[in-house]
Amino acid sequence: MPQPESAKSTPPVVKKRITDPRSVQVFLVGFTYLFFIGFIFLPLGLVFSQAFQKGWSFYLESIREPYAIEAVKLTLLTVAIVVPVNAVFGVAAAWAITKFNFKGKSALKSLLDLPFAVSPVIAGLIFVLLVGSRTTFGSWLGEHGIKIIFSTPGIIIATIFVTFPFIARELIPLMEAQGRDEEEAALTLGAKGWQIFGKITLPNIRWGLIYGMILCGARSIGEFGAVSVVSGHIRGQTNTIPLHVEILYSEYNFTASFAVASLLVFLALLTVVIKGGIEKQFQKKSFHL
Amino acid sequence: MGIELQNITKTFGEYKAIDNLSLSIPSGDLIALLGPSGCGKTTLLRIIAGLELADSGKIILENKDTTNLPPREKNVGFVFQHYALFRRLTVFENVAFGLKVLPFRQRPARKEIRERVEHLLKLVQMDWALKRYPSQLSGGQRQRVALARALAVNPRVLLLDEPFSALDAKVRQELRRWLRKLHDEIHVTSIFVTHDQEEALELADKIVVINKGRIEQQGTPQEVYDHPVNAFVYNFLGNVNVFHGRIKNGKVSLGNHHLDAPDELKNVEEKTSQTFIRPHEIGISRIRSNANDLEGTIREVRLQGGQIGLNIECEGLDGAIEAEVPRELFVNLQLAKGVLVFVTINRVRVFTGDYEI
Repeated sequence: MPQPESAKSTPPVVKKRITDPRSVQVFLVGFTYLFFIGFIFLPLGLVFSQAFQKGWSFYLESIREPYAIEAVKLTLLTVAIVVPVNAVFGVAAAWAITKFNFKGKSALKSLLDLPFAVSPVIAGLIFVLLVGSRTTFGSWLGEHGIKIIFSTPGIIIATIFVTFPFIARELIPLMEAQGRDEEEAALTLGAKGWQIFGKITLPNIRWGLIYGMILCGARSIGEFGAVSVVSGHIRGQTNTIPLHVEILYSEYNFTASFAVASLLVFLALLTVVIKGGIEKQFQKKSFHL
Repeated sequence: MGIELQNITKTFGEYKAIDNLSLSIPSGDLIALLGPSGCGKTTLLRIIAGLELADSGKIILENKDTTNLPPREKNVGFVFQHYALFRRLTVFENVAFGLKVLPFRQRPARKEIRERVEHLLKLVQMDWALKRYPSQLSGGQRQRVALARALAVNPRVLLLDEPFSALDAKVRQELRRWLRKLHDEIHVTSIFVTHDQEEALELADKIVVINKGRIEQQGTPQEVYDHPVNAFVYNFLGNVNVFHGRIKNGKVSLGNHHLDAPDELKNVEEKTSQTFIRPHEIGISRIRSNANDLEGTIREVRLQGGQIGLNIECEGLDGAIEAEVPRELFVNLQLAKGVLVFVTINRVRVFTGDYEI
């Protein structure tokens, strides 16, 4: 093939820059770093320096203390219930919204965001008003020996409310992008509903689901506002980790407070690491999307 | 009968997608549902497969009334426009899917499934790709796997929804011929939906032209192409020049010119008419050979493979006329932009009355 003339000689250099001027770049990168230092690295460092102020043994004592252990247990119990419940709800909601047409679909879709929009404190109050001992429903429950407010069920319900959009939010765009074709193909091939779900739908949304569950779990661990309203702050009974941190702090027990808080930081860092790993997987698999 | 549809009607809200449509297809035929987009052809296909419910009507597949069966019991093979392969499953697992989801008692043994899948993949020339994932295949390869998958369940009928429209022209051509050959081997009653008249003409035993949820015409490709029953079918089945005019005293007006009306319209009273002329039924010469020839100037020359497309502005005609001439003639007559030519109209179709597409 004959080479065009220009290919032999050196091509002309394009001088016009497409990117922003260097000063803007330096400013933006610098600003980002400053922001990170001020709002993330510094506070994180402070948490740990406070936590270890009275030494390693005091730190261990603070997090080994019975009330602290109870708080950790309650938090983990909450996460263990909330995440599966919201996973089921999230998959069901995303399935319904993306695969069927029904009345009120768009309203439902926008209502999904409500827990994000509403202050968690109000979310907690809603449940107190709904099933607190002063309401008819609440007193009826009380007569039957079921206590929701100021006990574990209330904490779990409030946390479910606050975190339920995470998984559905993650799945809806994914399922919308994937469409119904594969399910329809499976249907014409004779598959039953549960076979379609297990063999086609669930594998297709697997990474999105795991990702949503991680976000949901992280939020469940850290939820303060809604839980604070419904828990009643009974030490050793209805205190989650964030509530326990707050109690210690208000008792001027700063070092112990930060020690327990550091547990939350560890859990958060763990979440971030796992999330990063999943994201990588997600991208690697996304050619299947 | 392979497929019998009786009085199918389907509306989406106010919109009538299928309008009291009946159709019989003999066993073993390959039928094309041809129509413009939005004419209801895909809806009809989905109704047969049970992916969409008809408002009324009856569907009989291979002498079994399947109207009220759920889709998974209809036993139709469906090939989707965008393949719809299971992205998390290998090619083998995709094709085996329909067999593996059978109830335990009907399910073939593992070995049998393997043999059947391998046989089918050989049939569609994809047996080399057993362990590949759909994303590792080209469009044409995916569609062939999709076809094998649909055939794996021994379907009563095979339905193909614009199976080639997402492929590029060259692959489309190849797959078309290949599908025709495959159908001659397996003889399962098949319907494919298309908006490409060339595809329908080349591939189908019979063409069903659909417009606005109704059948306009059905017949062999030859019949439909040579004897379109109305202006819509004529227009839809290929490139065409349309001239609006009047028919009067056995003559059809074509701009300032008058042509003899076809025999069946000789005695029509004065009416509006539409005259259709296919580009390849127009003769071009440099000298007047006939008193009726139109005189014109070539305005545009287009290369169309073996044919040359000409846009000719004729005297006394509102609007230019499109003609197609063989390349050889084009060279011999030394045609080019701006050249004066004489246009002989060899064949016209005249339809009276108005119509809209």
